[in-house]
Formats: sequence, structure tokens, C-alpha cells
Amino acid sequence: MEYEVVIGCEVHVELKTKTKIFCSCPTDFGGAPNTHVCPVCLGLPGTLPVLNKKVLEYAIKAGLAMNCEIAHFSKFDRKNYFYPDLTKAYQISQFDLPICKNGYIDIETSQGAKRIGITRIHMEEDAGKLVHQGATITTSAGSLADYNRAGVPLIEIVSEPDMRSAEDVMAFLTNLKAIIEYTGVSDARMEQGSLRCDVNLSLRPVGQEVFGTRAEIKNLNSFRAVERVVKYEIERQTEILEAGGKVVQETRTWDDGKGITLSLRSKEDSDEYRYFPDPDLTPIIVTDAYIEELRASLPEMPQVKRQRMMEEDGLPAYDAGVITASKALADFYDGVHAHYNDTKKISNWIMVELLAKVNAEGIELADVKIRPEQMAALLKLIDAGEISGKIAKKVFGEMFATGKDAEAIIKEQGLVQISDEGALKEMVAAVVEANPKSVEDYKAGKKKAMGFLVGQIMKASKGQANPAVINQLLTEKLDSM
Amino acid sequence: MTISRLTIHELHELLVKKEISAVELTREHLDRIQKLDGDVKAYITVTDQLALEQAKAVDAKISAGESIGTLAGIPMAVKDNLCTKGINTTCASKMLDGFQPQYSATVVHKLQAENAILLGKANMDEFAMGSTTENSAFFATKNPWNADCVPGGSSGGSAAAVAADLAVYSLGSDTGGSIRQPASFCGIVGLKPTYGAVSRFGLIAFASSLDQIGPLAKDVTDTALILNAITGYDKQDSTSAKYDYPDYTKALTGDVKGLRIGLPKEYLGEGIDPEVEAQVRAAAAKLEELGAVVEECSLPYTRYAMPAYYLIAPAEASSNLGRYDGVRYGLRVQAKDVVDMFCDTRKQGFGAEVKRRIMLGTYALSSGYYDAYYLKALKVRNLIKQDYDQAFAKYDCLIAPTAPTTALHKGQNQDPLALYKGDICTIPSNLAGIPALSLPYGLDKNQMPIGVQLLGKAFAEPTLLQVAYALEQNTTLTRLKPNQGKGL
Repeated sequence: MEYEVVIGCEVHVELKTKTKIFCSCPTDFGGAPNTHVCPVCLGLPGTLPVLNKKVLEYAIKAGLAMNCEIAHFSKFDRKNYFYPDLTKAYQISQFDLPICKNGYIDIETSQGAKRIGITRIHMEEDAGKLVHQGATITTSAGSLADYNRAGVPLIEIVSEPDMRSAEDVMAFLTNLKAIIEYTGVSDARMEQGSLRCDVNLSLRPVGQEVFGTRAEIKNLNSFRAVERVVKYEIERQTEILEAGGKVVQETRTWDDGKGITLSLRSKEDSDEYRYFPDPDLTPIIVTDAYIEELRASLPEMPQVKRQRMMEEDGLPAYDAGVITASKALADFYDGVHAHYNDTKKISNWIMVELLAKVNAEGIELADVKIRPEQMAALLKLIDAGEISGKIAKKVFGEMFATGKDAEAIIKEQGLVQISDEGALKEMVAAVVEANPKSVEDYKAGKKKAMGFLVGQIMKASKGQANPAVINQLLTEKLDSM
Repeated sequence: MTISRLTIHELHELLVKKEISAVELTREHLDRIQKLDGDVKAYITVTDQLALEQAKAVDAKISAGESIGTLAGIPMAVKDNLCTKGINTTCASKMLDGFQPQYSATVVHKLQAENAILLGKANMDEFAMGSTTENSAFFATKNPWNADCVPGGSSGGSAAAVAADLAVYSLGSDTGGSIRQPASFCGIVGLKPTYGAVSRFGLIAFASSLDQIGPLAKDVTDTALILNAITGYDKQDSTSAKYDYPDYTKALTGDVKGLRIGLPKEYLGEGIDPEVEAQVRAAAAKLEELGAVVEECSLPYTRYAMPAYYLIAPAEASSNLGRYDGVRYGLRVQAKDVVDMFCDTRKQGFGAEVKRRIMLGTYALSSGYYDAYYLKALKVRNLIKQDYDQAFAKYDCLIAPTAPTTALHKGQNQDPLALYKGDICTIPSNLAGIPALSLPYGLDKNQMPIGVQLLGKAFAEPTLLQVAYALEQNTTLTRLKPNQGKGL
């Protein structure tokens, strides 16, 4: 039988506020265990939460950027459960009245354009971190608890079950991450855990309207893991259904090493969270004026920016897509463009040279040493014939490593392009003399020989010869023989 | 005249006139505690060293000619569910035995800023759950009027300390009557302020939407003075009210002419001790005599208050008390794994009444029961508020009993439901968030004090104080002292 895949995502995004959601502890990563804590986030008896207004602002901004309706009346609820990483034995979250609902994110895949619904976005607090002495909490003689993350603000973004393939999911997550990054409410770095994804996936026979039984795979922390999980689950559930079996509704976990999902708990023993409104916090009232003020403060969103790059800058859809998928990259592009006009050339250099280096070094764009105006200066030097494209790549590598200006590097290393005909004529003559066989081939009509000779001359000049001038001089020389 | 018998305002005069020093006053109370508290058992912790240090500081100010506030140098006690930095704060529970907070409650800070003298931490029903103070994990407190009777609860230690002159005043907390009922049983004044008027920061929560901190005092003037110190907006408590808090002593005019006072029939009759009802009617008559207009009125939803309360309060408690899991502080019972550690810690750490309410609340919030219980209770709560709104459109103040009876005998009531019914007169005002004051008004045939309750709309504390003060000034029934021979 043919099956259709139905996928929805729940994405947790850590907000980039300076302080925690209900106290004034810093949210910074990397503090020694239990140094970013206070009586409030430790949930000590008698303490009370007070909402950090920045959290509300950021949640609304994210909602607006994802085309959501913003609730004028919203509230916090308690999600009650026992776990040692949860200091109050309840998580302050939002249950039936989330701050944002009914939004969407547009995606584009090989199947064309598509709109993925956003059911809701709500605010909540993160829990602490446990380090077990053994493999799990139940098999360990002891576990250590670090509450630095307890009370760090999160938003949970819940999508509609609108995705039908791994490609849909990847496009959705890519766009979601970009939107979050553009709004500036989070770094949205999966690798650092500031963006985490749960995948809900089920299969149904093609043409059937009712959803099949779904599995929820929790806490995926890389794009690659999400893609692998989707592919693995489709395979696993297909096999079960093909064999006449039934998919169990359950929560599963991803074993990245083995590349498989494992059952965590089934629906029968699903948690009873006893949600109820948190009496320590007053309802959240948001005015239209505030919503509009935040809407006006939002930067251009990636989708719009992409369109503009295609229309105004004449970039191909692919280039515009790659560049706008990251706010930092788009900002870099804009920065170069402010000093330099050949947009296709900028995009080529960003996509080929810059991204290759960034990926190879495994660093963040924010940490790149080259400033956009330095890149523009480099491209201008190429256009002016000061250096060849090949030398430019070498210079770029040096700039990437040191952050120095292109001109300084060229000067230091003597990389200026040789366009002086006198000097080049000598090189041409020497190479022609040293390669009589190639000259003969050329004369016999083998045009390939020309390329070989040019290569030899470039080699002799250590790449500094101006290729256009060499071509011209070599042709003249050969034709005169 | 024994100085320990005096009120805040009387003692303030003596301190200012240097007829007594703060250290002498504090020593007098500490001596009494040492002599008598072995019997009364009002205190869980006595902070004698700290009290004397604080007293010395006040004396230094006085001798330096600095002016001092009315509460300066006056010894007092706070209920043991109010956090005091570096001082045991136990909630009368094994769970928090030895727990020393790193912070003080906002009210404690406010009193310290007034140079109040902290004598110690008062006994209570465990986690404020109960109405006899017999639910303390450590020991029961006796009623200073009759050692065979309970002092009421849950702020029984706070009430007994004041009634036995082991503190000039005290702070308690009131979730369903826990200040007013013990005040009534012990023959002193107790006030539950408007929800939000006093910061809850540092009050160890029982039921967050109902809990309020308030004073227990020897007279109405003292009540106003304490209120002046403890009310106010606190940015650490999101439910704290931004309000222009008045000088409450301005309400002490003694004049009630033209005030409209309602006598709700649902608080009288069946279930109310006739002697108690008679005193409520006598107080109403006295007010009429003083020029107030008294009318019988009706609050029809009152009968639903108790069931609603015993869903809402346990529901919130079941969540508030989840944090006592043995992981971070307080009691931890070692076990083979983390789930057993949670279970054994809670099994051994909580007493029977606390467990009963956690179970009730957990049940009420469970999926499938939420709508039928918790949600319905919230709707009832709204109806009760509307009842009061309608009443206060007509009346400035309502008068009712504080409790259906005078102090119960120890161990008299083993049936939890019967005990819950004892809260019937105090619970509705917690649900509505309105202020209510209990004023002693005479004794019953067993020489036990009777309490009369005054209720007002939100922030009508001045009206309650005005009415209570008028009664106090015009009768001899409000400033009662235990028969020392029998009680102590």
C-alpha cells in the first residue's frame, strides 16, 4: 500500500534575554554549576515569580514574525510533575491561553511553495540539568543537579501536522530558525541547545483523511538528527504497517550513535500534569498599541528579503535562499553590497569561498574576522586587475585567518598581478622556447596546447601574471612563428 | 501594672518617655517565655540573642535623641511560615525542620526597618493546614484561657503568644480563617487584610490565591499601627496591589454614625452556637445604639463556600508542596532510587492532614475531574464575590461570627469534615479576597472568649477598624484577659 507521511513539529527556542524569566539571574552559558541561581529560580519556600517583560516582548515578536494572532488576554499555568531538575515540582508554562496562535511559515521545496501552519507559541521556563554518575537516573548511585538553566526563558512553537516529507521538515526548520534569528529573540543554535525540536510523525494510506497513530520523537538537537529521524521513522512505521501491525502511540527517543529511535513511554502511562492557572502570576494583558509597536520594530523577514534580492539585485532564487537563510549571512551580503555593486559576484564569493571556510573551520558567522567592507575592497581589486581571481582566493584565505586588509596582504606577500608587457614577453618567450612540442601541436591546430602553455607561464609567474595579457602576448608570439 | 500586659501604643509612650528601655521590655517578655511557654508552647524557636541585640540598638537610638517609630523596641512574634533569614523557618513540619532561609519575608524586612524586636517563631498547624494547632509536627499549643482548649489555628502560636502576653503582637497568615479564628478563640484582635495589600514574598505558600499575612494584636489601635507597617506594594510579589495605602490610625474616630451595617443571615442560625450568635447580635445592637444603621441581609451563595474552598485550597497546596521532594533542602529520606526517595521523603516528612489535602487537591486537578471540581469551584468563587459586591453596594460593613463556637477542647474533633465546617464563617472572605477583622466581644458561660467578625469590601480596612474601634471604646467586652489562675 502507498502511505502518506504526516509530520508536525514542536520547537523549543531559548530566548536571548539577559536575565531569567521570573528572576534576575543571568542566562549566560558556561557558568560554574549553580552559580547563576537565586532563591526564586531554585524555588525555595516562600519565593515568588515575577515575569521578565522582555520575555513577553520576545514571544510576541516571534509570534508576529510567524504571522500569529497575539492574545490580548493570556495567562501562565503550572505543569506539575516530579523530577529533580525541576525546582518547584512544576514548570510555569502556558496551557489553554497561549500568547500567540494561528500563524504560519511559508516554505519552498522541490514540490513547490507550501504554507505550514503554526498552531500556537507559548512561553515557559527551562529546567535544570542533571549529570548522572551512571547511565540513567534510576541506575545511578547519585546524580548532580545544576540549576543554572532553571528559569531560562523558552518559547515553544507548535506546528500544524502540515508536513509530508523530510524535505518539508528541513525547509520548515530552516525558515523557522532564520525567522527567529532575524527577530533577534534567540541565537537559535541547535548545536548549543538554544533550538530543540520534537517531531510528531504518523502514516496513513494515501487518500485517507483520518490521521494514523503517531509517534513523538523528543529532544532532537541537530538538523541532521531531525532529517535522519524522519527518514528512520517513515521506514519503521511503514514496516510495521506493511506487516499488518499497528503503530503504538508513544514517545520515542533518538539514539544518534545507532541511528534508531527507541520507545520512551507509551500513551497509557503518559504524564498527568494537573495543569491549572498559576495563582502567583497575574493574567497577561496586551494592548493593540503594544502589539503594533512591536510589529513596527521587526526587521525585514527572510522571505521578503529573499524576494527583494531576486528582484532588485538580480540574484538567482538559489543564491537568495542560501544567503537569507541566515541573518548573519544576509547582513554580511548587505554590508558588502553597500560598498560594491556586482551582486552576483558577491553572492558567489559568499557562497563558495566564505561558507566553505566557515564550514571547514566550524565557526559561527558572527566570529568571522573579515568585515564586509574588506570583502568589497578585495572584489574591487580583482575588477581593477590588481590581482587575479586565483591570487584573490589566496588573499581571501589570509584575510579569513588574520582579518587583515587585502591590500596589506598583497603588499606584504608581493602578490600584485604582473601586467607589464615587457616582463611578461620574456616569460612568454622562455616558455615557448622550452616547449617546442606544444608549439608544434598548436600550429597543427590543437587549440588545447594553448591552455597548457598559458598554464606554464602562470606557473612561472607564481600566479601573478595577468591572464588576459598573457593570452594576448602568447597568441601574438605563436602567430608570428 | 505588668508591662507585658500593655499594648504597642502604651509601650511606645513609655519608651519615648524613657520610663522603660527596650532591653527591659524585651527581657520581661523573654523571662515570661522562659517561665510560661513550657506550658503554652506558643513558640517553636525563641530568638533571645537577636531580640536583645535589636533592643539594644533601639535603646541606643532613644538615648541618642533620635525619634523612633511606634513599633520600635516592641517585642513581637511571627508565625513560623514566614521566612526569617538565618533563623529556623519550619512551617511546623518535619519536612522543614532546621530549614534556615537565605532571605526574609518582605513583612519581616518591613518590621525590621521599623526596629521591631523579634522574639521568635510561633507554632502553627503544619503548613498552615488546620484550625487547632494540633497539626504541628512538634507539639500542640494550649489556649491561654483554658489549657484544655486549643488556641485555634492555624496561627495558634501567634494568637496564644499575644493572649498570654508572651509577645505584644504577632503576625499570622490567613488562608481560610487562620488569623481570625485563633484570634477569636484567644480573645484578641486579628485582621486578614485585602488580598494583595500585604506582600506574600517570603510567606511559605499554602494556597497562593487565598493566603494573606496579617496582624494579631491586643487592641484595635495596635492593629492599625501594625497594618501601617506591613501593607504596601512589593515588586517581588506579582499579586501585590498598587494602591494608595492610607494611615490606618486615621480611621480610629470612634464615630459610626450613619454607617450602614449588614447582618447576613447565612452566618447565623443553624450550626452557630447560640451564645456566639447572641454576642454578634449584641454587637450589632451596640453599633445601632452608636448611630449605625443595622439591617439583616443575605449572601445566598455562602453555603457553597466551604466545598469550593476545600477544592481550591488543596488544589493549590498540592502544587505548592510539590517542591518538598528531598532533592535540595529540608528532609531527605535515602532510598534505592529517586522515585522512592521522593515517596519516602514525603511519606515521612508530611503529617496526616497535609497528606489528606495534597491528595484532595491532586484529585481535584486530575484530568477528567478538573472541570467537575476545580473549575466549578472557581465559578462558585466568582458567585461568592458577586454576593459580596451586591452586599457592599448597600452596606459599608458586614457583621458576623468569626467562628461557630468558642475554643474547642483538645482532641475534641477528630472528624476532619466537622473541623472544616468550623471555617464556614471565615472562608468566604478569603475566596473573595476581602478584608475581615475578628474582635473579641465578651465571654461564653465557660469564660471563653467570643469573636465577632467585621467584613468589608476590598481595601475597606479603615471601615473595619473604625467600627471595631467604636465597639472597643464603648464597651468593656473587647479587651479581655485570660483568668491567669486557670489558664496559665
